[in-house]
Amino acid sequence: MTYGTRISGLGDYRPSTIISNEDMAKLVETSDEWIRTRVGIANRRKAGADETVVTMATAAGAKAIADAGIDPTEIDLVLVATCSLLATMPHAAPRVAVALGIPSPGAVDINAACAGFCYALSFAADAVRGGTARNVLVIGAEKLTDITNWEDRNTCILFGDGAGAALVSRSADGSEGIGPVVMGSAGELSEFITMNDKLQMVMEGQSVYRWATGVLPTVVREILDRTGIDAANLDALVLHQANLRIIDSVARSLHLPESVAIGRDIVESGNTSAASIPLALTTLRETGEVTSGDRMLLLGFGGGLSYAGQVITCP
Amino acid sequence: MTENEILAGLAEIINEVAGVPADQVAADKTFTDDLDIDSLSMVEVVVQAEERFGVKIPDEEVKNLKTVGDAVNFIKAGAAA
Repeated sequence: MTYGTRISGLGDYRPSTIISNEDMAKLVETSDEWIRTRVGIANRRKAGADETVVTMATAAGAKAIADAGIDPTEIDLVLVATCSLLATMPHAAPRVAVALGIPSPGAVDINAACAGFCYALSFAADAVRGGTARNVLVIGAEKLTDITNWEDRNTCILFGDGAGAALVSRSADGSEGIGPVVMGSAGELSEFITMNDKLQMVMEGQSVYRWATGVLPTVVREILDRTGIDAANLDALVLHQANLRIIDSVARSLHLPESVAIGRDIVESGNTSAASIPLALTTLRETGEVTSGDRMLLLGFGGGLSYAGQVITCP
Repeated sequence: MTENEILAGLAEIINEVAGVPADQVAADKTFTDDLDIDSLSMVEVVVQAEERFGVKIPDEEVKNLKTVGDAVNFIKAGAAA
């Protein structure tokens, strides 16, 4: 027995503290103009001491469950995509599950850095499709400000904190609301995004930019091919929010129609790694740029280097 | 491929990536000062030029490409190799 899948709910959590470019200019030699033109960021959120990967993931998960309108006892699996849990044990997912009142589900963290959410979403869809789980809670949650080098002006301006979640459920009629995933990696380029001995992110931005702008348009076309739709049938393109210039470059090279909404949550949220795609999704929905039934192409990419993406239907 | 064909192709790429009118792209123009192309736009120009002309332009070579003419010559040599 196999089942159709759908995204039944979305949720997010954004820390209340906003760090502007002017705030960044007080920490390192930079300017609002430089940051906006190079990466397109205006503000990012910073979690406080009481806001952790687990608490933020829990808050986003609770909203997704409420949005879907299902009972937590019907969730059989919790997946948390994160790369910023400082102590990797105990992992986040079991603690998120218990905080949400989900009784003893399967619970595992997934680390594919900025691609983590789309990987987790594909595993969730497969679990529902195959009957392993009735509902799967997928969460991307990051406290990147914990692993940021605040003395490196090339990277510290980029990162923010937050969490976004999606609930994956069976569709009532067997239809597919989560399309086939395209995933891959380039481990030979893994040194482009690493962590130093203080557990701070180190990135060769220009090399990553080159890889991303070169590879991603091809991956997007492959996702469209496997899904069996044209770019003209898309309602939204939601790439990992790494750099607005990458997003605009990929969108431009695909010659997307004007009607396609582009996720640009990076402007207000910065780069939140595994959380960036679900955060961009909830923003697009709140602004009305996408509505229920819209088809959205998601593509996460980054550390590893690795990528994964698929087309989903907006709940 | 002739130098003029490569120049015309580069002009198209530069127009698409950076919005510089194609007729302003000439061999003696510098990418940074004359055409106002920053390092990230330059990366995109290089990626698209590699695809279009079937050449490899390594990162360490990119910084030697000061003018459009430098790029034309590098691409011509690479395409002939």
